[in-house]
Amino acid sequence: MSASPSPSHGQINTDLLRPLLKTSWKFYAVVTILGGIVVTALVSWLSQMFYGFGISGIRWPVYWGFYVTSFVFWIGISHAGTLISAILRLVDAGWRRPVTRCAEVITVFALMIGAMFPIIHLGRPWLAFWLIPYPSERLIWPNFRSPLVWDFFAINTYLTGSLLFLLLPMIPDFAVVRDKSTGLRRRVYTLLALGWRGTPKQWHRLESAMAIMAIAIVPVAVSVHTIVSFDFSMAPVPMWQSTIFGPYFVAGAIFSGIAGLLIAMAILRRVLHLEQYLHPIHFENLGKLLLVMALLWGYFVFNERLVTYYGNEPSEMAVFWRTQRESFAPLYWTMVTGNFVLPLVIMGIKRFRTITGCVIASLGVVVGMWLERFLIIVPSLGHKYLPYSYGIYRPQPVEIIIAGATFAAMTLLYVLFVKIVPIISIWELKAGEHQPPDTTHPAAEERRLREQHS
Amino acid sequence: MPRWGMAVDLDRCDGCGACVTACHAENNISTVGADQASRGRAKHWIRVERYWEGEFPDVRLKFRPVMCQHCGNAPCEPVCPTYASHHTPDGLNAQVYNRCIGTRYCANACPYNVRFFDFFNPSWDKPLHLQLNPDVSLREVGVMEKCTFCVQRIKAATIQAKAEDRNIADGEIKPACAQACPAQALVFGDLDDPESAVSRLSRSSRGSKLLEDRGTKPAVTYLSRQS
Repeated sequence: MSASPSPSHGQINTDLLRPLLKTSWKFYAVVTILGGIVVTALVSWLSQMFYGFGISGIRWPVYWGFYVTSFVFWIGISHAGTLISAILRLVDAGWRRPVTRCAEVITVFALMIGAMFPIIHLGRPWLAFWLIPYPSERLIWPNFRSPLVWDFFAINTYLTGSLLFLLLPMIPDFAVVRDKSTGLRRRVYTLLALGWRGTPKQWHRLESAMAIMAIAIVPVAVSVHTIVSFDFSMAPVPMWQSTIFGPYFVAGAIFSGIAGLLIAMAILRRVLHLEQYLHPIHFENLGKLLLVMALLWGYFVFNERLVTYYGNEPSEMAVFWRTQRESFAPLYWTMVTGNFVLPLVIMGIKRFRTITGCVIASLGVVVGMWLERFLIIVPSLGHKYLPYSYGIYRPQPVEIIIAGATFAAMTLLYVLFVKIVPIISIWELKAGEHQPPDTTHPAAEERRLREQHS
Repeated sequence: MPRWGMAVDLDRCDGCGACVTACHAENNISTVGADQASRGRAKHWIRVERYWEGEFPDVRLKFRPVMCQHCGNAPCEPVCPTYASHHTPDGLNAQVYNRCIGTRYCANACPYNVRFFDFFNPSWDKPLHLQLNPDVSLREVGVMEKCTFCVQRIKAATIQAKAEDRNIADGEIKPACAQACPAQALVFGDLDDPESAVSRLSRSSRGSKLLEDRGTKPAVTYLSRQS
């Protein structure tokens, strides 16, 4: 897999548990700064509730703006994880082992952040629970025909599924931490390890559960972003009613997810000194995936645009030209550069497919994908059918702060997670150097596992 | 069960704006001031759209009063997650303010942009707060509101007619806009009664629906200008 010698088991334990057991002042500094930004955003949201939604830039007729853009963006980023790691698990790609947990964590946190936005953008967020189909004495149910209700169910299903998918393979690692620590930490991890002893029976059950989850999570992930795309394609708005939106959104989601994962991996590698675990080959392989998704994204955009152009429907053409060469053109072409030109050039040429190259391309993709969602929402809403009701949208500080702070929130959650859970799955890393458990004799396997956990 | 509808004779409309003012007074629609209005926060349940045709000096000015079209196939209804926007048996597109959580999805789906969001709690400069209509509920911040065809007047007339054990006469109900229109460009009534004024006008060869090709089946018919 790589030229450098593989680290020994003891080395793996020491390296991967170091962030958990040793905390420097830098950790507190980073948490304070990021926490400060998140608190600022929270205050902004409270002030929006206190003073009224009018302090945002939302207006007639552009009733969705930065909040819904951020919603779609973060739900998109969440496809990094579970989907990529599930597919890599299903095809049994050996190189996935150090990558899967970084990816699954992104999924869970990005979903948590993304799922905040439908609530933040509500006019009366304190009534968000009306989306829950709870039995009430008045027999009032949510409207099951509404794509927003589908969203509610899809996101909750996905969040539950990806949490399970993240937590299952963490159990053996919690046991490692339990065995390596003392005092309060030991008691906490004893609880988290759920009585894990590493018997063949337990391993077998874990493997079965992981296999079931890996298969189940793929259709759930695909359905989630399809349903997010339905929020748009179910409404009679120019350039929204498109049959291509489902796959287009799913592809875009995986695309931005890979970009997010690459950035996270590069930062982890640098900050936690994981050079021996996250090799250039991981970045190169994911970079190739990024390249494939860039081509797929380009294909979808080409389709969407060309079909609209030939369809020549007047209201659609008005929006089309608005993004193609009028007021939104600078954003549009930035998006095309970030999402297509940049990854194609950097990831397409082998010499540039380095860690730095991957990060640059990924940053381009993250910016491009954010703009893509913005360009789907705002130009169409500001340019519906009656010329009298055309309008423009200018984001206000409250929206900019909240949308920007989500990146700080993501980083903060990640930093805290790395502090309590080994970010690389220790047992999977070790298992990767051995034959799969079911081909070895159970007794030998049990001894091996006992040894590696001692 | 009647099916309420309206006919708008564009030949008669001179764009005076009396309908807009009457609507604001009748329905307790708060004004937001010049600054907020310029930021797109004005709420006009009915508005007079102005369109200029031709090049100067051969310019023709056209007016079109636009209110909620009370679509028979309304795009705003299926997208609402809480049934705040729903259809009544008598053909009205109703909005239950207390059930609205403010996703604003209905306003996005509406091709006519006739749905308005309350960006702030309503307020009136003194002494205007004393002239509020007791029959119409106030809307708090964060909900959508829109033209109701003056449902409070429809209900009052329906109850009155039921008490007197008779049918509602044609022309008995007049929404505030129709009542205020000096040129009588707006005619309201029951579309299921073939003899009603609104039915006869809706059948006119001059009649057309706004954005008819969107398939929304509006209850409002516009009679085109002859001159």
